[in-house]
Amino acid sequence: MKKDNKTDQNTDIRTPFSEFVRKFKKQKTAVAASIVLLLIVLIAIFADFVAQYGINDYNYSEMLQGPSAKHLFGTDEFGRDIFSRIVYGARISLAIGFGAVSLAAILGAILGLISGYYGGIVDSIIMRVCDVLFAFPGLILAIAIVAILGPGLYNVVIAVIVFRTPTFARLVRGTTLQMKDSVYVQAARSLGASDARLLFTHILPSALPSVIVQYSISIGGSIMTAASLSFLGMGAAPPTPEWGLMLSNARTYVFMCWHYAVFPGLAIFLTVLCFNLVGDGLRSALDPKLTD
Amino acid sequence: MSEVLLNVENLCQYYKVSKGLFGKTQYVKAVDGVNFQVYKGEVFGIVGESGCGKSTLGKTICKLIEPTSGKIEFEGRDITNLSRKEMREVRKDMQMVFQDPYASLNPRMSVRNIVAEPLKIHGLDAGRQETDKKVIELLQKVGLDSYHAVRYPHEFSGGQRQRIGIARAIAINPKLIIADEPVSALDVSIQSQVLNLMNQLKREMGLTYIFVAHDLSVVEHISDRVGVMYLGNFVEIADKESLYVNPLHPYTQALLSAVPIPDPTIKRERIILQGNIPSPLNAPKGCKFHTRCPKCMDICAEIPPEKKQVDKTHCVYCHLYD
Repeated sequence: MKKDNKTDQNTDIRTPFSEFVRKFKKQKTAVAASIVLLLIVLIAIFADFVAQYGINDYNYSEMLQGPSAKHLFGTDEFGRDIFSRIVYGARISLAIGFGAVSLAAILGAILGLISGYYGGIVDSIIMRVCDVLFAFPGLILAIAIVAILGPGLYNVVIAVIVFRTPTFARLVRGTTLQMKDSVYVQAARSLGASDARLLFTHILPSALPSVIVQYSISIGGSIMTAASLSFLGMGAAPPTPEWGLMLSNARTYVFMCWHYAVFPGLAIFLTVLCFNLVGDGLRSALDPKLTD
Repeated sequence: MSEVLLNVENLCQYYKVSKGLFGKTQYVKAVDGVNFQVYKGEVFGIVGESGCGKSTLGKTICKLIEPTSGKIEFEGRDITNLSRKEMREVRKDMQMVFQDPYASLNPRMSVRNIVAEPLKIHGLDAGRQETDKKVIELLQKVGLDSYHAVRYPHEFSGGQRQRIGIARAIAINPKLIIADEPVSALDVSIQSQVLNLMNQLKREMGLTYIFVAHDLSVVEHISDRVGVMYLGNFVEIADKESLYVNPLHPYTQALLSAVPIPDPTIKRERIILQGNIPSPLNAPKGCKFHTRCPKCMDICAEIPPEKKQVDKTHCVYCHLYD
């Protein structure tokens, strides 16, 4: 037995991660989407270098101008450069997306682990609360929460966390229920592993693939929600360069100058689309049933 | 024999089964009042057909499942009611090897981490390099190579995986290893390799095994003493030689007559049992075997047989020997 394997001693080691990278690379759309996404993230980080104008550089002599070399995406009703505002707006949208969904994922994962592993009354309470939150359509729930807490970006973040957490909790609970009686978890238990060790080194990693997919798709959805709330006047307040808010302001001028509404809209569209495409790609790459 | 390592008294493991909302609650008596001792340094084999409770017994002994009633003594210490925290101390000396080598290793952990896990859990990992060294030492002990440490379970064959499982079990120098059908998922040629490995480790490390299996020839090969189980109870416990040469219980006789002999010229009378194993949900009264026993007597349906010590190393639960 020892000798049989000497031959393949030098071949590459196929770790779960390298397998994932190999499969993900085959998804051309997802790879393209992640490149675009990376670009958007870089633009957001280096906004100071990308944007030629500040977010509040009023210039009343250049109001509502169409795209030109001077103003790539044109200007708004105060003569502010739309391109620069979109670039800075990427920071807000991405921060809300990543921040809120990360917190929701962590919170949801912990709740799901506890719920699935310990079961009983704790499980019932957590899951019934999730059921209640699931009963509302996402945006309605977000509007309700913001209506209670008052408008503002922080409250939008809280609203997104509240309505994303149950999804993650359910997802992780499902895997936990499935894994907690698996032979290798039993094996670890027979070694004397503590609950925390079982949960975080054996059960959570099995839930991770589905959490990552959900994470990616949720970010897209949450950016959309945040933009929608701002559009409805319940999120960012002027003069914040929030994409949804810009879209909302553009409504008045939609027949006079097309570019004002189109570019912020495109920014939302492109970002959300990319997150969803990446999510789909991750799903295919992480699904063990889909081999090549 | 030397001193008693494990003493099991009247151990019961019942599973609750309720039928519907208003149905009455029934119990599956997977292990129903089992008594036996395991001595230091021996291999105690447990055989029986599917569903007789042999795996459950193994899991109950190391308290993966809380026993319903009874008593488990390990090294003279009652471990039946220890909390999980207290049990941790005991698990240092009591490890398990599982049946399915494909399911018992976490597919997301490298072999190094799998083998190092017991060291980590029991706080015996003194730094990265020490652990690496120890892992490689363990891998070589079970017949694998040091370069296997960085690989993942899916890259190994069944036999190799079982070796990894064994390496994990011996990592913290346990005294007792409960092997739950460790070779039944493997090819016959690999079975003997793993059995020989287990034998060799037993000699080198002074281990004691409880070896659960359904294959009588495997048990004969490795065990010193053998217990035959039927529907949650032992029917016969004896020294290997005594049991295989002179089986007393009709069930043991039937089982042994079914072991294939690799020689077509030998003709042997087979004892064919009638019917199926009864459901453990409502096991027969009296002797549980009486419904299928070729030598059934009136008393068998009424009174469960007591333990009869036939000679020093051979005991049987049967009314034939009253």
